[in-house]
Formats: sequence, structure tokens, C-alpha cells
Amino acid sequence: MADRMTILAPEGMLGYGIPARSMEEGLKRQPDVLAVDAGSTDPGPYYLGAGVPFTNRRAFTRDLATILEAASARRIPVLVGSAGGGGGRPHLEYTVEVYREICRERGYRFRTAIIGAEVDKAWLKRQVARGRVAPLDVGAGLTEAEVDRSARIVAQMGVEPFLRALELGAEVVIAGRACDAAVMAAPAMRAGFDRALAYHMGKILECGGAAAYPRHGSDSLLGVIEREAFVVEPPNPDKICSVASVAAHSLYERSDPYRLALPGGAVDLRHSRFEQCSPRAVRVSGTRWEPAAAYTLKLEGAARVGFRTLALAGIRDPLLIAELDAYLDNVRTRVADTYPPDGYRLLFHVYGRDGVMGALEPRREIRSHEVGLVIEVVADDPDASAAILALARSVALHVTYPGRKAIAGNLAFPFSPSDLKAGDAYEFNVHHLVTVDDPLELFPVEMLED
Amino acid sequence: MTRTIGEIAKFVTSKNAGPFLLTLDIVFPDEASYRRFKDLRALDRATVARLYGIDEAEVLKIIEFDPAYAMKVTLRRPWGSGAVGETDVYGAQQHVPLMEHPVPWPEA
Repeated sequence: MADRMTILAPEGMLGYGIPARSMEEGLKRQPDVLAVDAGSTDPGPYYLGAGVPFTNRRAFTRDLATILEAASARRIPVLVGSAGGGGGRPHLEYTVEVYREICRERGYRFRTAIIGAEVDKAWLKRQVARGRVAPLDVGAGLTEAEVDRSARIVAQMGVEPFLRALELGAEVVIAGRACDAAVMAAPAMRAGFDRALAYHMGKILECGGAAAYPRHGSDSLLGVIEREAFVVEPPNPDKICSVASVAAHSLYERSDPYRLALPGGAVDLRHSRFEQCSPRAVRVSGTRWEPAAAYTLKLEGAARVGFRTLALAGIRDPLLIAELDAYLDNVRTRVADTYPPDGYRLLFHVYGRDGVMGALEPRREIRSHEVGLVIEVVADDPDASAAILALARSVALHVTYPGRKAIAGNLAFPFSPSDLKAGDAYEFNVHHLVTVDDPLELFPVEMLED
Repeated sequence: MTRTIGEIAKFVTSKNAGPFLLTLDIVFPDEASYRRFKDLRALDRATVARLYGIDEAEVLKIIEFDPAYAMKVTLRRPWGSGAVGETDVYGAQQHVPLMEHPVPWPEA
């Protein structure tokens, strides 16, 4: 086996932008692999549930083309994880469509593997019945009814499906939902490097330049793995990796910086050493693998909860701001006179009071001379949602309150039309672990026909 | 003499850790301030619960992370990110009560 392998993560999220200079400098380091994460649950449940990407198509196309151009010129493999954001079937199809478009236009030819990650509901209900599903960060266990209520469920694959694709000779691997770290760990493990180090390096690389300071904008990161350690370094000459920047990245978006739970085990950072090995690079060693008794996969699912309609308005009148709670209660009551309060949700987001923190907000008093009001209705169908919002907006505009002087209207609307269709609303309803016997069971690896 | 955590720390941030958890990170500028803060024992579950007006049971973990001179507090989200009633899908603006919390910090 080789003594070292260099992996370039051109960016932390496919479609967020690859700085040209970082890519150029990164390629000068002769990477053996290009690997990029394309997914997240961060933007919320809509994208998974509705089956649409959360990045812009033009930006996504440009970034993927940049990566494929480098891969084609250098004949190095490309791995893409969590394709299309959510990593479900439509997300994968979207990514393959963009990929084929680029290859066709530019005449690229790669042996290509596609890996699905959408979970079959009938299969999952059998696992629920067998007691193979456990909750993760949520109180409730999964039920068959909850599986049925989901619009879409995906599972995060580990390295094994990627390894299978590479064994089949894939030069480009486009995978559905995957553990972020697996995308970069897989080629390193295939080359014989240590699993714990490979996953730990992958976990840092998957966010691209986020582990380097100064931390702004989408950027690239290089990882060089050796037998006993790995080194991370930003190709962007204006950035550095410091012990602080790399160690702090272990905190990012995780509940426990010492332990990273993965399919089949966990990466244990309690004995990891972070050393500044050059002014711009950090060497990491000592990370250990803690095998788990069972091989578990993280499930993510989203369910449609209704159709959302919004109106945005501002309030400037101090007499109304002083009466705001009673006023909003009054609007709610009057809407309920026409639409009994079941089968829909009417919400008021009050910016200037608790619009950002809601129930967690410790300061309840309004100290601003104006407040922003978002009136939100979620009802089962678009017509009901629009009708209830129209009434709430109209009542809010005209209803009186004690001491009112501005009798022509209570709200300032910035837009005409005032009522906006926000589309289907979803919620995350599955966040569980399922035990499987075979790491490949849920993830079909197929070679793409030309 | 008191200082707020935001005045002492280099970074104070919040972010989702998956759709059902909210994690708050305090990163100190150097080992000395980190050790000094740790020795204060100023952050326990009861304090964090009070700052956010939640039950102590919702404060899941408070972890000291020496390699980054950092402390991490993880809360259960009131609901999954983006559910109806959400105010902050990414959880990125929930750090202020922690940032503005004063702790005893006499001038050295």
C-alpha cells in the first residue's frame, strides 16, 4: 500500500461555490481523490420531504463541472455524498441529470456508480415490527403509522457502499444520503488506511475550509492521510489550519466533541493529538475506533403537515405596540369565530419581541419603536390556508384596540399581494437508528449506463 | 467584578446538532482563560436551564473540551428543526442568553 493518500475536498457543500484559486492550489498538491459532501438536514425538513435540492441549480452545475474538469484532466476519482441535499431518490435523480448534462456538453466519460439511499417503507415497517428501530435524540419510538405518514425516509450510508462502488471500478461515485465523513473516509480505507483516522479526517474535510481560519465563505481543504496520522491544510494561501481551528471544528454541529457515532462504531477523540506541523497545517493522531455491538444506520424522514401561507407586516404605532398581546389574542379569537380552531395552525411571529427565540427568549418586553409581524397559517389544503390567512390579515388590519387613534389600519404591508404562498410545510418525523445485518442492505450500487 | 461570557470568550455560538438538538459552544482565546472559567464552575445544568427558561432535563450535556479550550452545552430542541412554530431553522441565533451571562471575573 502507498504510504500516503491526498484527498481534496473542493468545498464543504456542493453548490456553495469553489474559489478558483483554492482549487488551483489544491490540484497542485496532486490529490489522489476529489470528494465532496452535498447534503445536510440544516436547511430543514422541506427539501427532504418535497424531494428538491436546497442549492441553486446553476451554482450546483458550475461546482460539479469544476470538479469533473479536474477529474477528467487528471484521471482521479470523484466521490459525491448526500447527492442533491436530502439524498433521497429525486435528489439523486436530479444530481445524475446535472451530471449527465455536464458530461454530454464537455465530452467527459467516466465509469460511474450511483448509490441509492431512500428507504422502502414496507421494509422499514418490518424492522419496526421486529424491534430493530430505536429513537435517536427524540423521545418516541418509531411506529408503522409514523412510517406511513412520512413523505420520504432516507438512511445515512457508511463507507461500505462507497467501497463496493470503488471495487466495481467506479471513477465517479454519486451517492444518496451518506454520513458526511464516509465520502472522504472510503477511498482512504480502500487504500488500506486506518478506519478511525480515515473517518476523523473525513469529518474535518466534509465541511471544506470550515476548519481553517479566517472562517468565511465556502472554501477547500486538503487532507493527507498516512499510516499513523493525517494532516489537514487549506489550499487557500490566505488561510491557515491551527490546532485551535481544527480542534474547534470537532465541536461543530455535534453534541459530543469526543465521540462521533457512525455505522458500526464510533470515532473516539479522547486520545487524539493535534499538533501544528507547519505554520498552515495540523497533524492529527491518536484517534481510535470503538466498534459497536450492532451495525446501525441513521434514518431521517420528513412528513407533510399542510400548506403554508404568510403575510408580512410592520407595526409603528406605540399605542398598538403597547396592546400587542391583547390585540393578537383578539385577532385569533375573531378568526376562530369563522374557522373553528382545529385543522389549522395560526401563528404570529413578532420580530422585535421574540421572533427569533420564541419560548427560549428571556426578554419579553418590546423596546423598539417598530415591530415586524409575520402572520402564518398552516392548513391541510392550499385553499383553506389562503382563506384563513386572508381573514386573519384582514382582521389584523382593521380590528380595534383600546386607545386606538389610527382607525384607517393597524399594519404596514411592504408587498402587494400581501398574502404569500410558501408551499407545502413539512416536519422531521423520523430520526431513528435501524439495525441491519448487511451494511449494503439499504444501498443499491448500480453502474450507470451511458 | 463580573464579566459576561461573551466578553471573556473568543466565540459563543449556537447551531443545530441534528434536527432535534441545539448545541452551544463557548471557545476561549487561550488556555489560561479557559482554565480560569472552568475553575469557576459557573455553568451547570441549573444555570443553563434558568437562562433559557427550560427544564433542567432539557439540558442534556455540558462538556469541557480541552483540545479547543472550549465548553459545549447541548439542549433538546422544543421540536424538530423547521416544524410548524419554528423560529430558527438552523438554530444559529440562540446563543445570546449564554453570551450575556455574567460570571465573577476580577481583574487579574
